[in-house]
Amino acid sequence: MNSSLRVAALLLCMGPLASALADPAPDLTATLKAAFEDKRQATLDRLDQDETQKLCTQYRDQPPAEVAQEIAKMNLATVKPPADGKYLGDWKAGEVVASTGTGLQWNDDPAKPNGGNCYACHELAPAEMAYGTLGPSLKHYGKLRGQDPAVLAYAWSMIYNSSSYAPCSNMPRFGHRGILTEQQIKDVMAYLFDAASPVNQ
Amino acid sequence: MPDPMRIRAVMMGDLVDVKILMSHVMETGQRKNADGDLVPAHYITEVSATCKDKTVMSAAWGPSVAKNPYFSFRFKGGAKGDKLSITWKDTAGGTRTDEVTIN
Amino acid sequence: MAAPSLFSTVIAACLAAMTALPAGAEQTSEEAIAEYHAMFGDENPAELWQLRGEELWKTPRGSRQVSLETCDLGKGPGVIAGAYAELPRWFEDTGKVQDLESRLVTCMTTLQGLPESEVLAIKFGDGEQKSDLEAVTAYVVAASRGSRISLPLDHPAEKAAYALGERVFFYRAGPHDFACATCHSESGKRIRLQTLPQLTTPEGAQAAYTRWPAYRVSQGELRTMEWRLQDCFRQQRLPQLKYGSDVAIGLTLYLARNANGGEMVAPSIKR
Repeated sequence: MNSSLRVAALLLCMGPLASALADPAPDLTATLKAAFEDKRQATLDRLDQDETQKLCTQYRDQPPAEVAQEIAKMNLATVKPPADGKYLGDWKAGEVVASTGTGLQWNDDPAKPNGGNCYACHELAPAEMAYGTLGPSLKHYGKLRGQDPAVLAYAWSMIYNSSSYAPCSNMPRFGHRGILTEQQIKDVMAYLFDAASPVNQ
Repeated sequence: MPDPMRIRAVMMGDLVDVKILMSHVMETGQRKNADGDLVPAHYITEVSATCKDKTVMSAAWGPSVAKNPYFSFRFKGGAKGDKLSITWKDTAGGTRTDEVTIN
Repeated sequence: MAAPSLFSTVIAACLAAMTALPAGAEQTSEEAIAEYHAMFGDENPAELWQLRGEELWKTPRGSRQVSLETCDLGKGPGVIAGAYAELPRWFEDTGKVQDLESRLVTCMTTLQGLPESEVLAIKFGDGEQKSDLEAVTAYVVAASRGSRISLPLDHPAEKAAYALGERVFFYRAGPHDFACATCHSESGKRIRLQTLPQLTTPEGAQAAYTRWPAYRVSQGELRTMEWRLQDCFRQQRLPQLKYGSDVAIGLTLYLARNANGGEMVAPSIKR
């Protein structure tokens, strides 16, 4: 086997370590910014990573325990509970947020509210068959858990900033990253917890 | 001049099996463009096939047919070497005729 | 502390709920789509692009009035049979790793003398606005049908492109913290009802990469890998990926190499 084949075989067997052997982009963010251009609201600064994104990228979303703890702590600190102390809004409005997949793409209207796109990844109302499986099922969420303050606070934190309890989660950090407003999160909470919500039928 | 059709006509026993791929926008008139304006209707209304001066197939289409229609039908009475001619007409007065030899 | 034990209880409940998920809805739509594909067989509206691409390939154009028939896609001037299955690859004359689309830009500008601004004016077609690059891409890709993807990564620049592609694949960014890996690093997942290919394994990468470019029924357009990548980034809430950039080529090479050995089926048809 000639040497270039050997190197290729080695690189491919080592997978993630390939970058250590032949790092073409020591500053990946700069390389990315040079390969992209601004498009309406999707500007190059979106390629800058915050501390959480850097760590989760470094560990390919499987950080070791101490790092995971740090990430959780850092993100939990960003969670703002609702200003009036009421966690639950209007489930009908929450259903709209859960079913809407637009918002923050360059072709989206910045004047329109962003969607949460919950159905992209989660099962929610049993009557809705068009759901994704990237995240766990949330069917009967409120029915199964009740509305104990600790339960509500946890769910709020997960929606506001999923890394507060699930470090490097695939789920967007809806409150912390400004995707959803406080009212929208309350409405999604109601969609999850309200006894009358389709999620709990 | 509208884009040419892709036509395949092959003998299948004593039937001619015809498959046609047409290039056409098939706008229903219900769709809105990026600016929110309705795109005017523009779709094929008639398709006809002629073999040896006889009409072997004629169809009336409406806006429910998809863009770049893929259309297939069979007819009796054609033979290898015969010419098959397909014509479409649309709502804007456009038309296209293409011919193939049956294989 | 109450939170961690509540967290593990919730996770346990979620896992229990997950195992109870019915597969019924997914199977039906998959079966229906497979049946729809079978009706088309080898033919699908992508052929309209292939035909136009063939004409563009063979017609003398540009200030030099030559055709693309001497364009070298890696297997020698004018050789298109099996060429797509070996791309992206290193090219001596440009000193770069190139994918099919950027290589076509090279040939159109250097061989034919077409101005780059004209060549890149319409990268992705939109109804009456037709893209020459898309058409020629479709024509060249069709000539690789049945060929096995073969990216040996002999050249160090090719290995570096793979490494870059892989790093980008796992790069989390944007307001939603999305990386390609967010949706494409696990098997058996779907977004709404659309199954998501696992792109980091041979099986998953082959299933996906062998079927692009494709005629997308929902758009009525033939879409290429350059289109697919920049549209993914749009959905990831990131800015516009530049056509033929090192990142676009690196990602394409990463996916193609992961799909090594897969048999090309493209141009195919998708929803």
